[in-house]
Amino acid sequence: MAEDAALPADLLPAAFADWFATRGWAPRTHQLEMVARARAGRDALLIAPTGGGKTLAGFLPSLIELAQRPPANTPRGIHTLYISPLKALAVDVERNLATPIREMGLSIVAESRTGDTGAARRQRQRVKPPDILLTTPEQLALFCAWEGARAYFEDLSCIILDEIHTLHSTKRGDLLALDIARLQTFSPDLRRVGLSATVDDPDVIRRWMGFHGGDGAPPPVDLVLGPAGTPAIVDVLLSEGRVPWAGHTAQHAMAEVYEVIRKAKTALVFVNTRFQAEFAFQELWRLNEDALPIALHHGSLAAEQRRKVEAAMARGELRAVVCTSTLDLGIDWGDVDLVIQLASPKGASRMVQRIGRANHRMDEASRALFVPANRFEMLECQAAREAIAENRFDGDPPRVGALDILAQHIMGCACSEPFDALALYDEIRTSGPYRALAWEDFELVVDFVSTGGYALRAYDRFRRIVKGQDGLWRARNAETILRHRLNVGAILSPAVLSVRLAGRGGRAGRKIGEVEEGYLEALEPGDTFIFAGQVWRLMGVTALDVLVSPAPSSDPKMPSWGGSKFALSTFLAKRVRELMFDQSHWAVLPADVREWLELQRDRSLIPAEDEMLVETFPRGKRHFMVCYPFEGRLAHTTLAMLMTRRLERMGAAPLGFVCNDYALAVWSLNPMDGVDLDTLFHQDMLGDDLEDWLAESYMMKRAFKGCAILAGLIERRFPGAEKSGRQITFSADLVYDVLRRHEPDHLLLRCARDDAATGLIDVARVGHMLARIQGKIRHAVLDHLSPFSVPMLLEIGKERVPGAAGEMILAEAAEDLIAEASS
Amino acid sequence: MTALAHRPVPAPYAFAQSPCGGLEMEIMGAALRMRASGALFDLAHRALIVADLHFEKGSAYGMRGQFLPPYDTRDTLDRLEAEVAALSPRVVIFLGDSFHDGRAEDRLSPDDAARLVALAQGRTLIWLVGNHDAEGPQRLPGQVVDTMPLGPLVLRHEPESGEQPGELSGHLHPCARVSSGRGTVRRRCFATDGTRMILPAFGAYAGGLNLKDAAFTGLFCRPPLAGALGRDRVHAVGWRSLTGD
Repeated sequence: MAEDAALPADLLPAAFADWFATRGWAPRTHQLEMVARARAGRDALLIAPTGGGKTLAGFLPSLIELAQRPPANTPRGIHTLYISPLKALAVDVERNLATPIREMGLSIVAESRTGDTGAARRQRQRVKPPDILLTTPEQLALFCAWEGARAYFEDLSCIILDEIHTLHSTKRGDLLALDIARLQTFSPDLRRVGLSATVDDPDVIRRWMGFHGGDGAPPPVDLVLGPAGTPAIVDVLLSEGRVPWAGHTAQHAMAEVYEVIRKAKTALVFVNTRFQAEFAFQELWRLNEDALPIALHHGSLAAEQRRKVEAAMARGELRAVVCTSTLDLGIDWGDVDLVIQLASPKGASRMVQRIGRANHRMDEASRALFVPANRFEMLECQAAREAIAENRFDGDPPRVGALDILAQHIMGCACSEPFDALALYDEIRTSGPYRALAWEDFELVVDFVSTGGYALRAYDRFRRIVKGQDGLWRARNAETILRHRLNVGAILSPAVLSVRLAGRGGRAGRKIGEVEEGYLEALEPGDTFIFAGQVWRLMGVTALDVLVSPAPSSDPKMPSWGGSKFALSTFLAKRVRELMFDQSHWAVLPADVREWLELQRDRSLIPAEDEMLVETFPRGKRHFMVCYPFEGRLAHTTLAMLMTRRLERMGAAPLGFVCNDYALAVWSLNPMDGVDLDTLFHQDMLGDDLEDWLAESYMMKRAFKGCAILAGLIERRFPGAEKSGRQITFSADLVYDVLRRHEPDHLLLRCARDDAATGLIDVARVGHMLARIQGKIRHAVLDHLSPFSVPMLLEIGKERVPGAAGEMILAEAAEDLIAEASS
Repeated sequence: MTALAHRPVPAPYAFAQSPCGGLEMEIMGAALRMRASGALFDLAHRALIVADLHFEKGSAYGMRGQFLPPYDTRDTLDRLEAEVAALSPRVVIFLGDSFHDGRAEDRLSPDDAARLVALAQGRTLIWLVGNHDAEGPQRLPGQVVDTMPLGPLVLRHEPESGEQPGELSGHLHPCARVSSGRGTVRRRCFATDGTRMILPAFGAYAGGLNLKDAAFTGLFCRPPLAGALGRDRVHAVGWRSLTGD
């Protein structure tokens, strides 16, 4: 990008130049660049780090155009549409825009519209549109399903897509891309502006943003790069205590973490799971002799409680917030000067995002501290630190749009106005994710929307969309349209239960928070658990509430919150393997971790970057096979499910397995030293074995339910609507079973399979891995366990050990194992 | 002895696992076998009893624009035919709500209707009416009745309140939910206190009502036993192992 290519001097009108001057600012190059691109009528993607005046750069061309717009006889439609992935961000940007508009005395109306906007304002916005409307992808989808959407958006000249890097690879992104294509049809001169944090490959987002240039054309979206920003200062905590062999809580380092918080102004402490959040919060408060205001923020807390924490944070009243990915994105908090990552960072891009939450000023470096919870995580933290220093990131593969979302969009289009199938097909293919959509698939989806798409043509008389004499497709009737509007959006929220104090007579009292359905499944009434930073006793569960009473002094039986939903990224995994293999690199590691690697080298072996190590050894009455693919827990779980099927057939009599982000261990009755590893890990594993397992797995059922809701087969349930008469409704599982038995090739089963394969079981990654290790498996036949295998064996049976007794058992077991591996 | 001796302690439930995976027990002297399919078999009369098939529930939703896979009738018939083939009953008794609504019979595909006709070859079909199908089928073979006796038993769609020794009914779609440290399962179930029995729904799309739901209150003279439907067998689950939803 030619940053200094001569920009015309008159890019900024006087009013704007003056405004910059009164503020004591000079317009930044990328801000002017965005104005120049807009003037040339080009779409543009701006990539800049946080705090670089990115939002203003996005809006500046629109503000200038609006300021220079001649008066009109009739009211005009929306000029600029701004889309944010978060409601709160849309509202925050509305507030931030008000400043330049007011200070320059511009007569521009900028308003937000989210799910929380009142009915009166929504109505007014529909009748008298603001010049700039700030909203979310879900609201846009609703707009597009309006009758009259075409007229409403015919004046639209710009759409700004903020934080686009968080959306483009998701189903929300699919829906947004389709709606952008729709808007472009309504207003052919529409200009697209994307704002993104630094990403590995900007072309992926450029192609996602649009394709209306036609085949073979260069990416139709210009790329504008902001300044590089001051590099972040990232440290890895080399604990004074020894780095633990296993575990995910980083308990050993809590005192040091507390000290670091004490010295910082305001710290964000990121963790990967809600369990870790509760645990860290508890530990920090145990150490909190100075009574520092430290708060907790995660997705299971009641919304109003989260709002309170955010407000206190905004007022600068907090010294630290322990949080999960709920705070990955959001409004700016100027005072955060330190980001702490407890336990595994999982990926470089996510870390950069999190680190960006500290210090929203360009000229000062953000500060971050990684706190590894175990030895493998120490390698991962070092690898992530180096990747960030080199400005290298995880890549997202280009997205192929999901067909369930396409079904929802087609229904939405029919709700808005009659459509011609061929024209809609052409329009849809101008959106990035659907650019390769086959006509056959499009027809399948249209038929699905119309009749359910079954081989048995049972519903031809009840079509939801009907093709008229004029060849156009229309929604059947007003009821169909209404029903669609209630189901718009690509966000699936699991059913939630309220956690409430148990009142007298078993009645529900004050609400403490919310948990997802199934979250407390492993607990029995009378059990204790930590939630919202306190220990509670489970009293009972009713249809909608979890009833609890305080149990302050008890030793909680902590429910396992499940692992992190983020997998170790392929990119970071590769860097970890590189670091591990390169002995000259080990100097960056603390002594005990170095010794551990040396021990592994001497007693087993350290595989090369492109190899996979498999160890087999006996232990007790069992035989173990531990392999180290470094592909993340999801992929490992899938691999282990498939491996155990094969080992069963090979006569090894496998008994169980355990997985983490780095490795997986299988144990069996019979020795596995002689197993032919090339056969075991042959790529045909992803054939029949996978199909057999998948068909029965709950993951397929879960994926199917999601697809069925998004595609409009099953309606979203609204709170309170499911209280009574459960036997007269049906469950998605029953529908899944019937459909699988009678029409296994149905479109929705295909969607569910794709989703399960990518999201829930990571089949693609297993596939890549199997291809990667062909002929590169290193087998170490050992007479006893290896240093690397110790963390794996420590994971076995860990989930269900309650409280302090369990910790003791574990600690003893751990010492024995470590002694054994070192002897 | 303690005070407990004064309270009548009911005898433990007497049941036996049959080789087919079913669960056998006597109600008022009638020998019954609960089948893993959710059907009940009366050994003395060679009667196969099924409840709440809800034929054409899928198309009932389909008419309103919610296109559930239209294979529920076919699926239910597959399982019913398998039971008939396995047990060669002399009579098949439908405990009501065999059809999801009054017009469901009209919506049966010709294929499915023919299968029902074939089912009546060499045996009698008896259709008890339910709240969903108050008229019973109009054109299919078989006899339509409100209630019927079967030896010492009385069969009806909806269980009557209070103690009803010898009653077999459906209507409530009982479901058993069992939680353990390793997870939770929710399965259709038979529910019995040894004097009466409520059958699980047999229809492919019929949902379930937790046995702990208030709708079951007062129907049993003691905490009922759940015969939960497993893959190939019926599991006898005691009241204390059950949890609410």
